[in-house]
Amino acid sequence: MDGSSPPPAVTTHRLIAASAPAHDVERADVEAVGSVAYRKLYKKREPIYPKAAQGVFRRAKWAILGVLLVIYYATPWIRWDRGPGRPDQAVLVDFAGRRFWFGPIELWPQEIYYITGLLILAALGLFLFTSLFGRVWCGYACPQTVWTDLYLWVERRIEGDRAAQIRLAKQGWTLDKIGKKAVKHAAWLAIAAATGGAWVFYFGDAPTLVREIFTGAASPTTYGFIGLLTFTTYALAGAMREQVCTYMCPWPRIQAAMMDEQSLTVTYRKDRGEPRRAFRKGESWDGRGDCIDCKQCVVVCPQGIDIRDGLQLECINCALCIDACDAVMEKMGRPKGLIAYDTDLNMDRRSKGAPERFDLVRYRTVIYALSMVGVAALMLYSLATRQTLQLNVIRDRNPAFVTLADGSVRNGYTLKIINMQPRARDVTLSIEDAPGAVMTIPGATVAGDVAHLRAAPDAVTETHVFVALPREAVHEASHTITFAVSDAVADADGRIAVDRNPTAFLSGVHDDD
Amino acid sequence: MSEHKKDIDAHSGVATTGHEWDGIKELDNPLPRWWLIIFYATIAFSVVYWVMMPAWPTLTGFTHGVRNYSDRAVVAQELSALKAQRAPEFERLMQVSAEQAEQDPALMNFARAAGKAAFGDNCATCHGAGAQGGKGYPNLNDNVWLWGGTLDDIEHTIRVGIRSTHADARFSQMPAFGKDGLLTEAQVTDAAEYVVKLAGGPAKDAAAVRGATIFGEQCAACHGADGKGDRTQGAPNLTTGLFLKADPAAVASKDWTSLRGSIVAQITTGSGGVMPTWEQRLDPATIRALAIYVHSLGGGEATVDPAAATPAAAATNPTR
Repeated sequence: MDGSSPPPAVTTHRLIAASAPAHDVERADVEAVGSVAYRKLYKKREPIYPKAAQGVFRRAKWAILGVLLVIYYATPWIRWDRGPGRPDQAVLVDFAGRRFWFGPIELWPQEIYYITGLLILAALGLFLFTSLFGRVWCGYACPQTVWTDLYLWVERRIEGDRAAQIRLAKQGWTLDKIGKKAVKHAAWLAIAAATGGAWVFYFGDAPTLVREIFTGAASPTTYGFIGLLTFTTYALAGAMREQVCTYMCPWPRIQAAMMDEQSLTVTYRKDRGEPRRAFRKGESWDGRGDCIDCKQCVVVCPQGIDIRDGLQLECINCALCIDACDAVMEKMGRPKGLIAYDTDLNMDRRSKGAPERFDLVRYRTVIYALSMVGVAALMLYSLATRQTLQLNVIRDRNPAFVTLADGSVRNGYTLKIINMQPRARDVTLSIEDAPGAVMTIPGATVAGDVAHLRAAPDAVTETHVFVALPREAVHEASHTITFAVSDAVADADGRIAVDRNPTAFLSGVHDDD
Repeated sequence: MSEHKKDIDAHSGVATTGHEWDGIKELDNPLPRWWLIIFYATIAFSVVYWVMMPAWPTLTGFTHGVRNYSDRAVVAQELSALKAQRAPEFERLMQVSAEQAEQDPALMNFARAAGKAAFGDNCATCHGAGAQGGKGYPNLNDNVWLWGGTLDDIEHTIRVGIRSTHADARFSQMPAFGKDGLLTEAQVTDAAEYVVKLAGGPAKDAAAVRGATIFGEQCAACHGADGKGDRTQGAPNLTTGLFLKADPAAVASKDWTSLRGSIVAQITTGSGGVMPTWEQRLDPATIRALAIYVHSLGGGEATVDPAAATPAAAATNPTR
């Protein structure tokens, strides 16, 4: 069963204060749990205890985390007055009412293509940012990163930083440890529940829902989704963490296609760092690299890798190793940027002594940007010229046609008049391209081929219509007739809404009869 | 199991199960832990299920479980709840006349929906799912009615049936002219030719002239001198070409060869269809809903019939 066992990945941590007194740089005697040397298929997960980093990128990440969480939690609470009888929540996906409310925009289920458009925009945006700045989505904005960061912060507040966490993991189950673990998991669960709780607010009136949730009056579906998202948040951000990025997420695989030699990636500058070795006080920097092998980049890494192994699938480009290394370089009196955002092109150019360059405008970025503009323009145009009065025609299939006593032929149709405006509309229904057609609608007055109907506000009005054609007007087994529905009054923009829908009129008649 | 020497696979360092097929060995890898956990969870679940739900057969019955759950009881409960929920509308349907119900859009929608469901359960077997009928089974979509097409007529027909066991059943019997020897074979053919002519078909003139005389003597009593039928006796209008006892496809395509054969057969046998009485099987409200549904299929006639397709019949059209 057990083959050649791998060298144990050392997770111990000690301050090498005595042997390396110089520059009070903290050194860690560790190997990254996911380092290239120990990578192995079917490896059991080894816990990662990322050390807290300080620096420019860490501060930026906290700021972005805060902004994103505020957007997530606050959005359902933004109100938007749409008049009486209509929801006043700015962003609301109303499944029961079959409407999607987004500020002034109201979308019906059949207009789901707008959501498709948004998703295409989001995908193109992701492509654009990836080709420009590499995996900034992974490093800063991905929910997995944001919530994992939040969970790590909570963990450090309760169990302490990396060294304390490792000590706690090794010690027996004392009351203190049980207490700390219990508090940590309770806090995690609370955050997870709040995450799931906020999610359901997008699908119902938030103030009503929050009251219902706490009084037990909400629907089982609501509690079910809160439970589901509580579980996934707790599992993904608390237990699985880097495994989500490494094993579950398809994006690390796909992103390789988005990147080119000018995409920014977090890079260890081998040319400057090697040969690496511990620095002894008074030693000369000649003949050696700037990397003093203090492994601070390794201990801060939430993904458990060694950035010095080069570009790796596991690296989410969170830039915390940059912060860690910069702090060390500062203490050592060496220039910052041994680990930095860099491009393949510039690494190449530096090795040849050429000046660095970074072009924002490249074929790839221009194509992505133009595609985004194109999709956005298409969506805006379609939204601006959106039909608010639509007609769907469903022909009766059984019987397909009926021959009447006088020889005339009758077809039946179910008409769905879709009125997307909040006012009731008096509409005129007429039949085109069918001279002599006689329309009958149970419960409505019809003059020949024109009828007046009332389309209910913000609803689909269904009407069953019979159309009869005299025998002499029928020449073929199938005719095309067109239903047209038009508003009696003009819209606010002066246009009179009209929609036409051609359909078949079947007769069973052949001209040679 | 006998003790055997562990066979370690050289490539993976994993022991094999000892099974080998054509040199291919099976590695003895452990089951994935997540899989194993789910497997044990399903076992635990099944134990909970045995306790909660009906599960095991016994000699005299079965274990009922703590919840004493029964799908059958739930369905019965849901059906009675549905019935109770619909009761007020059915009640309202019976409080007004069928005509008044048609004027009330909400009630009309309810009646049509209820009628459609009842039609599918009870009537579609003969009349077809779309009420399109078939050979011998009337099409209920058109405006051709044997016994009348007003709401009251339809409701009455559903209640008592045609040639059924009901005491008030609508009843008429066409003689079997050919079979019983009332007419000779040649006379039947001639009469059929006249009917073809009545319906606007390509009739042979000489035969049709002979047939006209026979029609006047034998058929006009019920079908009328003009062949437009008589609803008091359920005698069909023969001028529409929409023959009930003919293949619907032949009617639609006006296949006169086929239609002529069907007419001859009908004059020979005089067969009449049977529709059962529904009074004992359906409650009055359902029958009313059915009548409203059938009336709304497109051929329903107004109660006072000013523009009747068959004036002769309308003049003598009884309400019942």
